[in-house]
Amino acid sequence: MAKKFLSGDEAFAEGVRLAKPDVISAYPITPQTIVVERLSEMVEEGGLKSEFIHVESEHSALSCAIGASAAGVRTFTATSSQGLLYMAECLVYASGGRFPIVMMNANRSTALPWNIYGDQRDSLLLLDSGWIQAYAENAQESLDLALMSFRIAEDKRVSTPFMANLDGFILTHTYEEVDVPDTSLAEKFLPTYETENKLDLDEPKNMAFSAGPEHNCIFKYKEHRAMLEAVSVITEAEKKFAEIFGRRYTGLIETYLAEDADYIIVTLGSIAGLCRETADRLRAEGKKAGVVRIRYMRPFPASELAEALKKAKAAAVLEKDISFGNEGTVYTDLNSALFRHGVTIPTYDFIGGLGGRNISAADIENIFAAMENGSGERINFIGIEVDGQ
Amino acid sequence: MSITAKDLCNEEFFRGHKACAGCGGSLAVRNALKVLGRNAVAVLPAGCMSAVGFNFPQLCFGNNAIISTFAGTASMLTGIEAGFRARGITDFTAVGFAGDGGTADIGIQALSGAIDRNDNIIYICYDNEAYMNTGIQKSGLTPFGAKTTTTPAGKNIHGNIRPKKNMFEIAAAHGIPYAATATVGYMNDFLDKVKKASQINGTKYIHVIAPCPTGWGIPVSDTVEAAREIVDCGLWYLAEYENGEFTLNHDPKKFTDVTAYLKKQGRFRHLTEEDVAVIEKSRDEKWKKIRREWNLK
Repeated sequence: MAKKFLSGDEAFAEGVRLAKPDVISAYPITPQTIVVERLSEMVEEGGLKSEFIHVESEHSALSCAIGASAAGVRTFTATSSQGLLYMAECLVYASGGRFPIVMMNANRSTALPWNIYGDQRDSLLLLDSGWIQAYAENAQESLDLALMSFRIAEDKRVSTPFMANLDGFILTHTYEEVDVPDTSLAEKFLPTYETENKLDLDEPKNMAFSAGPEHNCIFKYKEHRAMLEAVSVITEAEKKFAEIFGRRYTGLIETYLAEDADYIIVTLGSIAGLCRETADRLRAEGKKAGVVRIRYMRPFPASELAEALKKAKAAAVLEKDISFGNEGTVYTDLNSALFRHGVTIPTYDFIGGLGGRNISAADIENIFAAMENGSGERINFIGIEVDGQ
Repeated sequence: MSITAKDLCNEEFFRGHKACAGCGGSLAVRNALKVLGRNAVAVLPAGCMSAVGFNFPQLCFGNNAIISTFAGTASMLTGIEAGFRARGITDFTAVGFAGDGGTADIGIQALSGAIDRNDNIIYICYDNEAYMNTGIQKSGLTPFGAKTTTTPAGKNIHGNIRPKKNMFEIAAAHGIPYAATATVGYMNDFLDKVKKASQINGTKYIHVIAPCPTGWGIPVSDTVEAAREIVDCGLWYLAEYENGEFTLNHDPKKFTDVTAYLKKQGRFRHLTEEDVAVIEKSRDEKWKKIRREWNLK
């Protein structure tokens, strides 16, 4: 194990290096570029034996990755924002074909207006694309997620592509101390990729076919079941990871002081750190604040969230997303989960950080205060004065 | 190096599909696979050949075959080629069969990228001169004057107002190792070119005219005839690009009658004498240039 000072992008690249994908196809987009720059350097230096393919667009990046995965090899790509949207057609193609490609997405705002900074509208827009969606909080988790993502996606029970999301700039470009595991340990953790779902000269196959109304829903149902299977596979992978590397992860969600909390913020990504600090400060004042960080948006932690929030007096979602004409998508998903599990606490939505706007500790304190106060709006926009208030 | 029946596999790799009677595209795919053999790994984008061949559970390819996204024929070929190589497999041919729209319109970016990288693939464009699978809409390879469902022929506009995009020379302009034109009407020439392409490293592009009786408005028995006549009347030519040079494979002494070629086809029947004169003039200009600049075999 070596300690290195790495950005989120670089840490993820280190994780990919340890996973040794056979094919990497990628197209540059800010703030993802550093990942593919580092990987191409690793290939040049000889430390990474991958085919690095310089495709001419994001659509081709994922189309090429699908081709490589159909050839039966471990495959990686990375993108962000407009690039993710440009390859959207290929996202549903990869999941429908059950190709366990791993993709890093640097969460970034979507045009218009143009903006290169971080929010989560790009990936959340594609929640229904059939990809596992994980959200890292820091550089260490980025590396660890890179390594774990291949194991989870490629597990035969899952066979589903994996999108690992890192907040643009706040995580992709921020440097932290990161433990970089030894290659030998990584090999112990991640088995080589074996699949039947491949083109094969000995047993030729017709792949990526059409299926009419009679069969289509069966394929889609199986896809859904496989995504649900991922829940236990994630748990197994994290258990194995802890055994080998000594770092523990907690599945689909991570809770902080939530057990006895009256008021809980539910969020995802790098802002969780500031939420925890704020909760600490409020605890020191005698207020029972807690935080739940969603680590996986798909499969969605419905029962986990219901369990974590059922004893609270209120919960508020803090998210960098808006589904125009409705509310934040994380909020919608959370409410559905709570309703389904009979948890009837009041919930609030706080939409902030769009286009990379800063969310301050004071903003987070205000969220806790709003829950305690209980008389405010259900849907709130941080930093926007509504109707001249 | 002319190909003979002995060079073709007895095995059928593309059969039991639902292509229309007289389909030129299926003729191109079937025979090209007989040249490339069992270890051809075929990529077909959304389009006629994938629509007729891959209907679960009736899957008709005897070799490895996969549908790509409409825009992604070339990029998927790239991935498959890299993936097989990563597995240490060398005795395979990654071959794409895309229609004219899949090649000259929506797929041109990925094709250009693959040629730019010089990926070791064969890309075959079977050109039936319109989006036939969706019901005969104009593509970038629809010729001047052709009536399609999106270029109707009326009093004001006589069908498509633009000439065909020149894909052969666009591919060549990349400095591609090998590019060729062909037609299913001169099958030996086409299959020779497929064979030759399979022996060259890097990207190969073959553009084969493959009439669609439904879209062209010809009897289903006339596919091959029409595919010959397009060359004989000079509206298509058989050529190759290799080592930076163009070579004309077949230089007709005298062209057959363009009007006769056009008037046999429903899609051209509305053309006036003036329209035909425009077509003849552009043909003659092209041939002047070809005979001046290309090697003549």
